[in-house]
Amino acid sequence: MSTRYTEDHEWIAVEGDVATVGITNYAQEQLGDVVFVELPEVGRKVSKGDEAAVVESVKAASEVYAPLDGEVVGANDMLADEPGKVNEDPEGAAWFVKIKMSDAGQLEGLMDAAAYKTHLEGL
Amino acid sequence: MTDAPLLSTPLTDLHRELGARLVPFAGYEMPVQYPDGIIAEHAHTREKAGLFDVSHMGQAWLVGPDFETTAAALERITPSAIAALKPGRQRYTVLLNDSGGIVDDLMVSRPEGDENDGRLFLVVNASRKAGDYEMIAASLPGNVKLEPVEDRALIALQGPMAADVLKAHAPEAAEMAFMAARSMEFDGIAVHVSRSGYTGEDGYELSVPAGAAEAIARALLADERVAPIGLGARDSLRLEAGLCLYGHDIDETTSPVEGAITFVLQKRRKEAGDFPGAKRILDELANGPSRVRVGLTLEGRAPAREGAEIRNAEGQTIGTLTSGGFSPTLGAPIAMGYVDPENAAAGTKLTLVVRNRELPATVADMPFVPQRYYRKPTA
Repeated sequence: MSTRYTEDHEWIAVEGDVATVGITNYAQEQLGDVVFVELPEVGRKVSKGDEAAVVESVKAASEVYAPLDGEVVGANDMLADEPGKVNEDPEGAAWFVKIKMSDAGQLEGLMDAAAYKTHLEGL
Repeated sequence: MTDAPLLSTPLTDLHRELGARLVPFAGYEMPVQYPDGIIAEHAHTREKAGLFDVSHMGQAWLVGPDFETTAAALERITPSAIAALKPGRQRYTVLLNDSGGIVDDLMVSRPEGDENDGRLFLVVNASRKAGDYEMIAASLPGNVKLEPVEDRALIALQGPMAADVLKAHAPEAAEMAFMAARSMEFDGIAVHVSRSGYTGEDGYELSVPAGAAEAIARALLADERVAPIGLGARDSLRLEAGLCLYGHDIDETTSPVEGAITFVLQKRRKEAGDFPGAKRILDELANGPSRVRVGLTLEGRAPAREGAEIRNAEGQTIGTLTSGGFSPTLGAPIAMGYVDPENAAAGTKLTLVVRNRELPATVADMPFVPQRYYRKPTA
């Protein structure tokens, strides 16, 4: 399945029933230098729209919301020591969390790459 | 207010050309960062030289019949010994309200030259200038006038290489002492230069004709040691230097004693007690203030921001952060805020509440990063 996107500039890549979530290149550009990332504990249940992580840039803190319902089954510990990776490789190595989806149907409400590109052009 | 169009500075087009991200700030469209980003700009200023557009700040002349008269007029609303200012010298001071609260912090300089007798040059905060001008004008005797300067830009050049860079265009600048102010030519253009700044580094602020601002900025940027620096790094630099940001670390409720800037109070003025709010300020000096601004260092990497609650070791709320962020030089979060005097000693262990969690913090001496202002070699 292809990567999905939210209007809050998160990307969601799905393998089986697990969604890997990160922030988009556009988001990291807007944030500027990332100096700290706070991630949820593995095992935490999240609902779509819950605050799932916090990204701190030099300037300010920004929340990252859960794009789907489910359980956190992985958090990218590398970001604790290397938050700057979010600027370098936001849509690859610097993923934030893996969520085991409880309702894969929620994916239908998310944008595909083409729709996200159109969304960015409208900003 | 929200519908008012943003003001530009004489350098706005240049910022755009340099790829700046422009944001609204104090009614102006200002560069918050350039493509290199805040951390790189911050480091560049600490290592080489950074160029800042600070044209949004208010520049004004205070003009009276002679120095004594003009200085006395300004002393009515500040606690500093303005009358002791020598020609060619600049001083940091504050405007006070009747409760001893800080209306604004500003730089005042006394120009050299007989033709400038009776003239003082002021630089005030952008966010405060309209109110400041009203307050100053209302306080003046009939023979002293405030003349806001609207046709000049203000450019800061900051960093250990600033002096060497500026020397090529304005040789006289290299000889200036810290907090000296002098008129000179920059490649033939008449400019006012002060050796001061807001980064903790050696450096200058240049008041230049608006029409020449872009040429001067381009001439400085042509030096490979100079990079343009936005407001983002300006804020992280000043925080590391322990310097107050008006409206955050000091405001109309905080006194100079609470704000830990008692150096704006000079002996003669304290003895005379002849400034607004003197009763409160002198009482705080004698008996201690009820709260005081301190620096804080945090463990870990999570920054605490303005507004975060400060708690003592027993978990009681004792104050609020007024500035907080990540120090690029230290690679760690730093902050400043107000606490009760019992918890103000360096080394005191406190906590800062961030997202409902207590982050361990320690009261620290400021500046967080040593200031490197220019000191003239002694003969």
